[in-house]
Order: sequence, then structure tokens, then C-alpha cells
Amino acid sequence: MNFCLNFPLFLIVGSLLFSVISSVLPKKAARVLTLFLTLAGALLNLVIAVYCQRTGGSFTYLMGHYPHPWGNELRIGFVEALFSSVFSAVLFLTVVGGRTTLEKRVAREKGQFYYCMCDLVQAALLVLVYTNDLFTGYVFIEICTIASCGILMIRENGRTILAAVRYMIFSLIGSGLFLLGVIFLYAVTGHLLMPNLRESIAALVSGQVYRLPLLASLCLITIGLSIKSGLFPFHIWMADTYGNAIPASSGILSGLISKGYIFFLIKIIFDVFGTEVFYASGIHNVVFALGALGILIGSVSAIRENNILRMSAFSSAAQIGYIFMGLGLSPALGMEAALFHIIAHAVTKPALFLAAGYLSDSMGSAKKFRNLSGAGYVNPAAGVFFSFEAFSMIGLPLTAGFISKYLFGIAAFESTHNKMIPTLLVLAVSTVLNTAYFARTVLRIYSKNKEPGKFMRVAVKEQKNYMVSAAVFTALNILFGVLAYPLIDMLAVGLTVF
Amino acid sequence: MLETLWNNRIEVIAVVLFAVGLTTLFLHKNLLKKIIGLNIMDTSGYLFLTSLGYIEGRLSPIVSDGNTDPSRYVNPLPAGLVLTGIVVSVSVTAVMLALTLRLYRRYHTLNLDEIYRIVHREQEEEP
Repeated sequence: MNFCLNFPLFLIVGSLLFSVISSVLPKKAARVLTLFLTLAGALLNLVIAVYCQRTGGSFTYLMGHYPHPWGNELRIGFVEALFSSVFSAVLFLTVVGGRTTLEKRVAREKGQFYYCMCDLVQAALLVLVYTNDLFTGYVFIEICTIASCGILMIRENGRTILAAVRYMIFSLIGSGLFLLGVIFLYAVTGHLLMPNLRESIAALVSGQVYRLPLLASLCLITIGLSIKSGLFPFHIWMADTYGNAIPASSGILSGLISKGYIFFLIKIIFDVFGTEVFYASGIHNVVFALGALGILIGSVSAIRENNILRMSAFSSAAQIGYIFMGLGLSPALGMEAALFHIIAHAVTKPALFLAAGYLSDSMGSAKKFRNLSGAGYVNPAAGVFFSFEAFSMIGLPLTAGFISKYLFGIAAFESTHNKMIPTLLVLAVSTVLNTAYFARTVLRIYSKNKEPGKFMRVAVKEQKNYMVSAAVFTALNILFGVLAYPLIDMLAVGLTVF
Repeated sequence: MLETLWNNRIEVIAVVLFAVGLTTLFLHKNLLKKIIGLNIMDTSGYLFLTSLGYIEGRLSPIVSDGNTDPSRYVNPLPAGLVLTGIVVSVSVTAVMLALTLRLYRRYHTLNLDEIYRIVHREQEEEP
């Protein structure tokens, strides 16, 4: 059983190695490698999660057996293992489900690069979840940025390149600020490993010295990572980016990559600064306010949008707002709600983007609502799955979305700092707004087509991959929605050893 | 106040350079100048790190005369971080330059606002 402690390193090295090999392989072989890798990531991490759950703790993996403060470490507990398992599983399902569009829209000779980038995304996400070293985190943040830029512009037209440039500019500003924050921390503490940083910061805080540099560094790190994950008002790159990329890329970007940065931020809050320092700094209030504003403004922008992919993009901005709102709410329940919402959104959004992409494809690449009437009849599978995912985004019972809204509500009742009323109000208003734009879309795709017979009904045979992946997404969503409580209890226990 | 600034002059310069780079990256319309801004921003971080790692009178951490007393040498870690950082910033710059090249070939301008206007028109026309 102790052998499973090596799995994280195997997965990271494997992902990096496979991504290099994939670039010279034929497309099909590269796809097999990616599928193997992501599936292995999901299963092996599940094993680690079970192991950590049984032993009730976390373990530190010394790279090259150098003890701290010199070496580089990975640290894995239940929460980390669970999240990397979910991330890998979602990546697997998205690659499976998005294959048809990928092959249709991407030049034949470039297919393997897409899989190469997917491997890199997997490596970067795993490192962001596992690492115990801030600078390693910075390096893999940049790798993640480059890889996501690659999967964005794999379908090369002017708009995707422009979207990629905008995304890169925001991302680079974010990582620049993050780097400056890390350098400030290194300057005042002399450490980069999280346990050492935690000790030095606790000593500095209790000695009341270097308060300003610490606060500045916390600010810079929080702002940097929230720019990268697309918190309001930095969400403006999202609509162009997700609206023009192929659906699988939008799903990976909004479902996984943004979440990877947020998870890293949560890890920094817990392991580097400590929740006491974070919740005494006042930054959590700013994060809370921006999260709440992001929910409202993202939803309103989604209502005003007339393009199905851009609407889903603005809805992503709103969902990122939920996560940050939970983060700002309270260290225990709010954080649990935020973590659960990361999972819930990761199993919902990629499926929604895939379904939207297939609907639009079946109507001759139409993206505007006025051209999508009756799409649910032309492509019945995509229509059904789109409606289901939309219900989960609204938060109907039996779906994961319901549980996360419920958890935010509970967290609001138990929070002390005058945040109860705003949180509940935002939850109520945003549910109404969500319903407004998703109900409109679902009604539109099931409305009567003005020109019946113009588009052929899509055969099951043509999208077998997609149907399997969407069915698994739906099953996962219901699983998290129905059996949420055991998972939430385990998350709560896992957070104590985070 | 002035004395503190003078004593930490390198750090002050680094922060000013960072601000210059950040505003250029964020606000300038020209894509190439944005990339230059990005490089100034990254370099300022490396300047900060390098100045942290330098201690006057100590040697670079390469043992050549058999003296292994650690107090004679500076800590090699900041220099290692700077080297890693340079590699990262070179690769990001390369990606940005490649993207810029593609955009220029397509729209024949480097002005981001101009490109945005053209693309917006394209977007209105699609189904």
C-alpha cells in the first residue's frame, strides 16, 4: 500500500514525458497516450484518496530525499488527491466527448499538438494541486498558461488568435503580480517551502514585524491568482475566449484551469499564511465583495448575450464569483462550500460547453439564439444533456449545483461579519437570473423550427463518444448531488489536515 | 524617508520598473510594446531577486581553493530562481511573439484596438 505514495511523482513525470513524445507521434497514438494518462490520473489519485482517508492524514513526498528547507516537496492529503482525481477524470471525459468537433475543426496535421497540450495541462494541474513549493507553483502556473493558450488557438482563425492574445495578456499580468508577491515573501522570510514559510510568517505576525510586506505579498498573490482565474472585474477576457475556442477547449479552460489556480490560492491561504492571517487581513472582504459582484454582473451580462457560447462564458464568470464568495465568507463552512462548488462546476461546465458546441454544430455552426430554434430536435442527445446541465447550473435538487447553493446558504447563516444578508440576497437574485437565461436557452432549443427539414437529424452513430462522455458527466453530477453528504464530511475532515 | 529609499535603492528601482512594465503591458495599444512591457516587468522581478542574493564581500558559491566555509559564499538559491525565471519569461515571450506574428499576417496592423474593431465586425456577421 505504501507504494501508492509514489503515484503523484509518476503521474507528473509521465504527463511531462508524454507531452514531449506526443508532439512527434501520429494523432491517434497521441490521443491514446492522453486518454491513458488522464484515466490513470483519475484512478491512481482515487487510490491515494482512499489511502489518505484510511490513514487520516497527509504525506510529504521528498523529491530526491533532500529534507526541508533545501529540497522540493509534494504534499498530498485527502483533499489534494480527491481534487486531482476529479480534475483528471473531467479532462478525460472532455477529451473523449470533444473528439468529434476536434477532428472536424482542427487541421489534420495539428491534431497531436492538441493532445500534447492536454498532457501539459494535466501535468500543470497536478503540480498546482500537489506542490509544497511556491516557486515550483509559479513555474507550473506559467506552463499552464502556455498550454491553455495552445488549446485555445488550436483552431486557427483570426478571432481565436486575438482571444488567445487577450487571455495571455491578462494571464501574464496575473503571474507577474504573483511572482512579485512570492519574491516579497522570500525577501522577508528566506523560504519558499510552504511549511517553513508558515512557521516564519507565524513568528513575524506574532512579533508584529514586517506587517506591510506580508500584507502586500498576500494582496499580490491573491490578486494575481484571481486575475488568472477570471474573478470580476478581470473576467472580460472570458467571453471572447470561450466564445471562439472549440467547445472542448472552453470546457477545459473554464472547468479545470481556472479551478487549478483557485485551488492553489486556497492551498496558499491554508499552508502559507494560515487562515487566521488571511481572515484578519481584510482581503477576504474584498474577495467576498468582488465575488458577489461577479455573480450579479456575470449573470446580467449572460442575459444580455445573444450567442450561446458567450452566454455560457459569462455564466462561468458568475460561477467563479460563487467560489470566491465562499472563500471570503468563512474559513470553515465557506471554504467547504467553495471547494464543493469547484467540483460541482468542474463536472457541469465542460459538459455544458460540449453540449452547446454540438447543438451549434448540428445547426450549421450557428451560435446566435435566433438561429438555434429547434436545435434540441435536430440533435436530441445534446439537447437533453444541455438541459440537464442547465438545470444543474440553476441548482435544481438532485444535481450537484443544488448542493453547492445549499452549502453557500448554510455558510451564510453561520458567518458572523454582516455577510449573511448580502450572501442570501445574492444567492436568491442569481438563482432567478440563472433561471432566466438558461430557461430562455432551453426553451429556444425546443421551440419550433422556422425552416423544418433544413438540417438533418444527427444520428447516434456520429456522436457515440460524446454520448458516452455526457452520460458519465451526468452520472457524476447526480452522484455528487445525491451522495453529497459523505463527500462533504470527508472534505471537512480533509480540510483539518490540509 | 529619503535615507530608507537610498538604502534600498535597488528594490525601489525594481518596483518602479515593475510598475512601468505592468502599465505598458496593460494599457499600451501596440502589441510589440506590450511584449516589451512584459519583459520589463519580468526583469524587474529578477533584479529584485538578484539584489537579495548579493552580499558584499562574499564569493560566488563555487568551491575552487578547497575552502568549504559557507560564510565565505553567497546563497546560490536566488541566482537559481532568477535563471529559472528567465527561462520562463523567454518562453512566454516567444509564445507572445508568435501570436503577434500571426495576428499581423492576418490583419496587417499591430494596433490591438484596430484588430478588435475588425474582429468585432466579423463576429456580428457570423450565424
